[in-house]
Amino acid sequence: MSDQPAYRFAVNVTPKPGILDPQGRAVEKSLPHLGIAGVSGVRVGRRVELTVQAVDAAAARDVVERLASELLSNPLMERYEVEALA
Amino acid sequence: MTARVGIVLFPGSNRDIDAANALRIAGAEPVVLWHESVDLDGVTGILIPGGFAYGDYLRAGVIARFSPVMRAVAEFAEAGGPVLGICNGFQVLAEARLVPGALLRNRGLRFVCREVSLLPEHLDTPFTREVGERRPLRMPVAHGEGCYYADDATLDALERDGGVLWRYANPDGTVAGPDDPGNPNGSLRGIAGVRNAAGNVAGLMPHPETAVEAVLGSDDGLGIIRSLAVSAAEYAATGRVSGTRALAGGAA
Repeated sequence: MSDQPAYRFAVNVTPKPGILDPQGRAVEKSLPHLGIAGVSGVRVGRRVELTVQAVDAAAARDVVERLASELLSNPLMERYEVEALA
Repeated sequence: MTARVGIVLFPGSNRDIDAANALRIAGAEPVVLWHESVDLDGVTGILIPGGFAYGDYLRAGVIARFSPVMRAVAEFAEAGGPVLGICNGFQVLAEARLVPGALLRNRGLRFVCREVSLLPEHLDTPFTREVGERRPLRMPVAHGEGCYYADDATLDALERDGGVLWRYANPDGTVAGPDDPGNPNGSLRGIAGVRNAAGNVAGLMPHPETAVEAVLGSDDGLGIIRSLAVSAAEYAATGRVSGTRALAGGAA
């Protein structure tokens, strides 16, 4: 619908440091059952991939930043990183 | 005077009928407010019921937060009107930043559906004024993301300013810390419900609306629902609610 260029991004959302992550802890506890040792600090988050049409890459990233901070993550408990995809 | 109290209905709300029943028993008139509506139909109190609004996709309550009706609810709250969120409704209010803190996945990872014991912290608020004496209240919880979290500074401020309204209690009546048996989800400092700084918006995870008749196993929740009904009637009559304070700028 727009003839603006399309940019593909990923937003990686993870629990903030210090926030209890029961999913990560459950994963970590299961590792001995697989016979795996030496793994720690497991944190489970989510990854959202999306396409944005905008005038340029910077404008597209602005949209993603807003989306990531207002909707895709809750800054009280999560942090996010925006990753540009090819 | 019978207060008209709005029940916000999202796709996925499922405690709205219980909420309407409880409000009627408490002497109020329930009014359903559809999530796409921006008109609050003249209600003077709002109850956001439990359920799984918008499927709880992404995070519980977050999609609902951006629905048209929530803009109207935020304006109503800013003007000083009483708003109570129960369970998923609490999650919606937290995501909307209308009450402080966040609800994380239960510490035990499981959906917990059982009766809990709840200690009201203050008895002079719009949501506890009809509770009577300070004694443990029995009512159910039913949620997967109910672990109350806020940073230490926020928790300290909440406790200092009377923002903690309900805590989970152990069988011996003590406050249930995160790992205690009386705490169903790992909530910090045993917090089951809080209110905003102005005092007119509150949320709690347990379900007072399903504990309003002895035949349901407990009627200990009725005092909370009746508090909302009385506050809504007061707001209709006087334009303000006892136990709240106006804040500069009206921010939560």
